[in-house]
Amino acid sequence: MSGFRMLVARDLKLAGRQGSDALLVVGFFVLGAVLFPFAVGPDAAVLARIAGGVIWVMALLAAMLSLDRLFQADYEDGTLELLALSPLPLGFLVLAKCLAHWLTTGLPLIIAAPLLAILLNLPADGFATLVLAMALGTPILSLLGAVGAALSLGARRAGVLVSLLVLPLTVPVLIFGVAAVDAAVGGYPAGPHLMLLGALFLAALPLCPWATAAALRHAVE
Amino acid sequence: MSDFSASGLACRRGERLVFRHLDFALPAGGALVLRGPNGSGKSSLLRILSGLLPPAAGTLSWGGTPIADEPELHRDRLHYVGHLDAVKPTLTVRENLRFWAGMREALDEQAVTDALARFGISALANAPARFLSAGQKRRLALARLLASGADLWLLDEPTVALDAATIVLLEGIIAEFRAEGGRLVVSTHAPIALPDAQRLDMAGYAPAQGTLPVLEALL
Repeated sequence: MSGFRMLVARDLKLAGRQGSDALLVVGFFVLGAVLFPFAVGPDAAVLARIAGGVIWVMALLAAMLSLDRLFQADYEDGTLELLALSPLPLGFLVLAKCLAHWLTTGLPLIIAAPLLAILLNLPADGFATLVLAMALGTPILSLLGAVGAALSLGARRAGVLVSLLVLPLTVPVLIFGVAAVDAAVGGYPAGPHLMLLGALFLAALPLCPWATAAALRHAVE
Repeated sequence: MSDFSASGLACRRGERLVFRHLDFALPAGGALVLRGPNGSGKSSLLRILSGLLPPAAGTLSWGGTPIADEPELHRDRLHYVGHLDAVKPTLTVRENLRFWAGMREALDEQAVTDALARFGISALANAPARFLSAGQKRRLALARLLASGADLWLLDEPTVALDAATIVLLEGIIAEFRAEGGRLVVSTHAPIALPDAQRLDMAGYAPAQGTLPVLEALL
């Protein structure tokens, strides 16, 4: 257990000192969403209709930005070899890295989402559900992203490759995330959609670290 | 019989068979020096011994138990120092070492301090590791050996970038480690004094030219 904590603490410290990653992700998220009113026009009704979808799509794209560095730095400087040789199960360490990744990218996205919701005129009924759905959805993005990042280790243009691998897998998250917000705005219960998101999260929690560990073992051979 | 031993080890990289029929037995306190030209499989052998790379054939065992049966136990007793130093430039020297000491077992601050002192980098403990020279980074990577408390050290060219005085220091640290029953496998081109070390000449295990790799592994 102490190894898990050490790794999370180290990744947070590294992110804190190298600084800009979390800011870049949030900056991209906000800027991208702000472009939509310019593109589709300032009609409040249209913006309210598309707000939930725009915020979710931008969150997916923003999350992709940070993925290529998830294992790349550790791979290049030899840290990954030593992690693979640690007595702790590698899947467990992957989970620690995913948690650190979520804390530095997923959490800032959740915090920024209500701001975008105001900018895009999302009806107030949808705010709480949006935050809740993102709280369930963004950890899935970190977990799925880890699989893509591990598979693309050593590849040229890894960043693009990760997005191509991972974005199709995130479609269920997008569907249920947007459906939850739409349901809340339309006055329907959002519970079923949130439960499905929760189910996706629970399925990803053991499966993604396991697949990621297998890909990492292959990468350090 | 508590040897760390290999029998009939073979290694394949891609389509190429690098070595085969490799055997050794390393008792407690023993050292094994790998010799051979570039590409003869010294690094690959060390990676197989660490468990990073599965052998194409043959078995490794510790005290008679195959390592493949208990990989976690094996990883717990070894520490591997490869070509890469795994030093994070933004962390301080001390933080770098603390992290690896804590990954293995309950963090022992005293062991971290001692390991830094032993390799002569205490003065740099609170400096970010990006200010270290190549040799100092190497010393930090080697200091992990002391902080890890491992029983088996696998060293791949440990003397690269080290000055003569540090090599002598390393020889002393290795001698102490072996006196306490530690085992060592090291590949090196530099002369490093290891009394009573077994030598393994990798050239003797290279497959004959022109043999099909698939056949060779079976022979």
